[in-house]
Amino acid sequence: MDTVIEFFQAIPYDQIVIQTLNGIVTGMILALIASGLTLIFGIMDVVNFAHGELFMLGAYMGVVVLATSGSFWLALVIAVLVVALLGAAIQITTLRPLLGRDPLNTILATFGLSLVLQNYALWQFGPVARKIQEPFTGQFTLFYLQYPWYRLVIAGLSAAIIGGFWLFLKYGTFGIWIRAATQDRVMAQAMGIPVPWVYTAVFAIGAGMAAASGVLFGPLVGVNHAMGLDWVLKAFIVVVVGGMGNLGGSILAAIFISLLEAYASLWVSPAQAVIVSFVALILTLLFRPTGLFVSTPR
Amino acid sequence: MRNRQPIFYWAGFSVILILLIVAPLVLPEFWRRFLTEILIWGLLAMSSDLLIGYTGLVSFGHSAFFGLGMYGAAAALLTTKPPSLWLATVYGLVAAAGVAAFVAYFSTRLRDIYFAITTLIFSQIFYVIIFTWTEVTGGENGLTFSRPPFAVPGIFSFPMTSQTLHWFVLAVVTISYLLLRRITQSPFGMVLQSIRENEARTRAIGYPTERYKIVAVMLSGLFAGLAGVLYAVQNRFAAPDFVFFLVSGEVVIYNVIGGIGTLVGPILGAAFFLLLREGLSRFFTEYYLIPVGLMFIAMVIFMPQGLLGFARRWLNR
Amino acid sequence: MSPDPTPMEPLVTVEDVHTYYGKSHILHGVSLIVGKGEVVGLLGRNGVGKSTTLKTIMGLVHPQQGKVLLEGQPVTSLPAHKLARLGIAYVPEDRRIFRLLTVMENLRTGLDRHGVTDARKQELLDKVFAYFPVLAERRSQAGGTLSGGEQQMLAIARAMMLEPKIILLDEPTEGLMPRMVSQIREIIDVLHREGVAILLVEQNVPLTLAASQRVYIMEKGVVRHHCAACELNVNDAVIQQYLGV
Repeated sequence: MDTVIEFFQAIPYDQIVIQTLNGIVTGMILALIASGLTLIFGIMDVVNFAHGELFMLGAYMGVVVLATSGSFWLALVIAVLVVALLGAAIQITTLRPLLGRDPLNTILATFGLSLVLQNYALWQFGPVARKIQEPFTGQFTLFYLQYPWYRLVIAGLSAAIIGGFWLFLKYGTFGIWIRAATQDRVMAQAMGIPVPWVYTAVFAIGAGMAAASGVLFGPLVGVNHAMGLDWVLKAFIVVVVGGMGNLGGSILAAIFISLLEAYASLWVSPAQAVIVSFVALILTLLFRPTGLFVSTPR
Repeated sequence: MRNRQPIFYWAGFSVILILLIVAPLVLPEFWRRFLTEILIWGLLAMSSDLLIGYTGLVSFGHSAFFGLGMYGAAAALLTTKPPSLWLATVYGLVAAAGVAAFVAYFSTRLRDIYFAITTLIFSQIFYVIIFTWTEVTGGENGLTFSRPPFAVPGIFSFPMTSQTLHWFVLAVVTISYLLLRRITQSPFGMVLQSIRENEARTRAIGYPTERYKIVAVMLSGLFAGLAGVLYAVQNRFAAPDFVFFLVSGEVVIYNVIGGIGTLVGPILGAAFFLLLREGLSRFFTEYYLIPVGLMFIAMVIFMPQGLLGFARRWLNR
Repeated sequence: MSPDPTPMEPLVTVEDVHTYYGKSHILHGVSLIVGKGEVVGLLGRNGVGKSTTLKTIMGLVHPQQGKVLLEGQPVTSLPAHKLARLGIAYVPEDRRIFRLLTVMENLRTGLDRHGVTDARKQELLDKVFAYFPVLAERRSQAGGTLSGGEQQMLAIARAMMLEPKIILLDEPTEGLMPRMVSQIREIIDVLHREGVAILLVEQNVPLTLAASQRVYIMEKGVVRHHCAACELNVNDAVIQQYLGV
């Protein structure tokens, strides 16, 4: 009996709460990145290996605009717009010609793109990490720590962006177009829906979402040319665990995995905590390959 | 592929082989090593072609097989005295095969895109393990060791100079090429190609496609691991960088540039890419990947058959 | 044969069109004309290329040779979505409504267009709900939950939302109960009265002959016979030759 009491007393409750918050914050950012990825896959059947680089470029755009204008929020808006346009340009030049070809081609093309974008960033901005300043510093007391408000704000903003997009998808005309094009590309065209442009817009939106995460997350990590790599990997794990093309699943998976990693880093180093996500992936592949959070396994 | 006369093929093959044998005698040291490296990366690319070109599976996991081959060899060379080339090869192949079996088990049940993603994630898993398990793998810094002699204990022993190493590598790569060629032209290889064309139909005819895919991944992993062993012997170190998935990506680039499904194409692709990198890095320093990447994307869009395919069509005019 | 019944004011002209699916040569030089406001029937056995002809007109497949003209203007290489905006609507075999979208959303795919006022949209909706009251009832239901006949109505209603100049109807009565078949016939008549042209592909010969002004009969990828509908009778040798089992 005593050992049980000792066990429960030894659990660091305050740290668990802190890690829960951290997990949710990271999870929301990851959800934002993964949403874009799963959207692009679900609607266009394209695996966008360059997604992490769009995240990274968003962060860099944020750095640049912040440096010239001093306003974080302006930086956020401009970064999203610029990267969305870049995304549209990429889709038109690189992905449209590949429409209808073997999916292998888009995997290779986006992979090549990620190399180009990464090295472009390295070339333009150099290897030294930059920092984005938070728009406000302000903390509240959580146990013995000062927990920054900013972190909660970005979690909220990410949720808002995802939620806003979901509403747009459900009610707007464009949302109907996207859903129609996803279900039956041919009939959508026969109804006058300009499907190639729908695809371009979807890619641009996905890119914009990645850019937003880049800017929002920038203050928490250094901005450097390789930051996309870690995140794209995590995002892919999230997308597979949540179910490819399943928006709700990706969000749940993102939070789930981030929470697990946050808890794990109480006991092991962060570099090793990522193994948690790998384990989640392996378990998913073993038992529910269509996704952990898919309601009916197909 | 069998559209030219076998005699021309073997004639061409012999000519190239002779050139490669003679090369280290005439080339300066730097280019000698460069040529050897091309052969090693070519072997890695060939192993990848078995999956991409013949089975239709894009694998980003080759860096794991390559890396484990490297580390396996390192383990042998560091732990046994005297360091034995053959033991290093065995250890490397076993390690690579083990990893390949593991990856194969999970990935082969998935279709195209998922397969690519899971192999990528698996190579990252091994990267993280190797990177963080410092006591065993040397972590970030990797492992260094000395080059073993080319020896059969008790019978003879030659030190492995860069020349003898080149010939050794050439022999291994040539034999591997011939083996792979035999495999792809065998009934087994035909089934793989049928899987590439239409897996559902192949399964409907009655072939257990999963098992074929698993064997394909393992074979591919073995040859990739062999390349890793060769690399370890040549460079005398093993580092986690080689397990990072970007290396797999580069290998896939060699395949596409050279022409998938040709075995020879990937070697050409590797040569082309490495030469290009050498050349461009004189002008662009580290940013050579930007023009190369753009070129690669253009090739995927306009020349999906790769250099070899393009050359073939040009010759057939 | 009686004097050429071709109309004075052609709306859609198909000129010597050759269409392939991959290597299969499906249309071997099809030519036909649909005049403004006309109902034209396209008859023939299964597999002769009737659906392919419709798809070629709709821009869903492009011919290797030959031309498609809309009001005299060549539109052969235009993508389907542009043709839909120019006034060609398509109701395919097996309806192909968007199963996961509601009835209303299905209609909106055609309704939400540039330059259509809200008032006009409401008019169109009211009109279509008047013809198909069951759609009004089910407007918030997912398309996939509708019965076969209801889906056919939705497919036609959806096409009407485009305010088209011509509707390409591919076997609208297939698999429908007789009561529904006569409802389809009524709709065709209503559309005809409103001046919408119709190119009707059908296996139901009596219906086609009754509803159309002219008919074409196809065989093996070409048009073999062309005349005014009134000249033909179900028992005619021509019909037996090209459509008999």
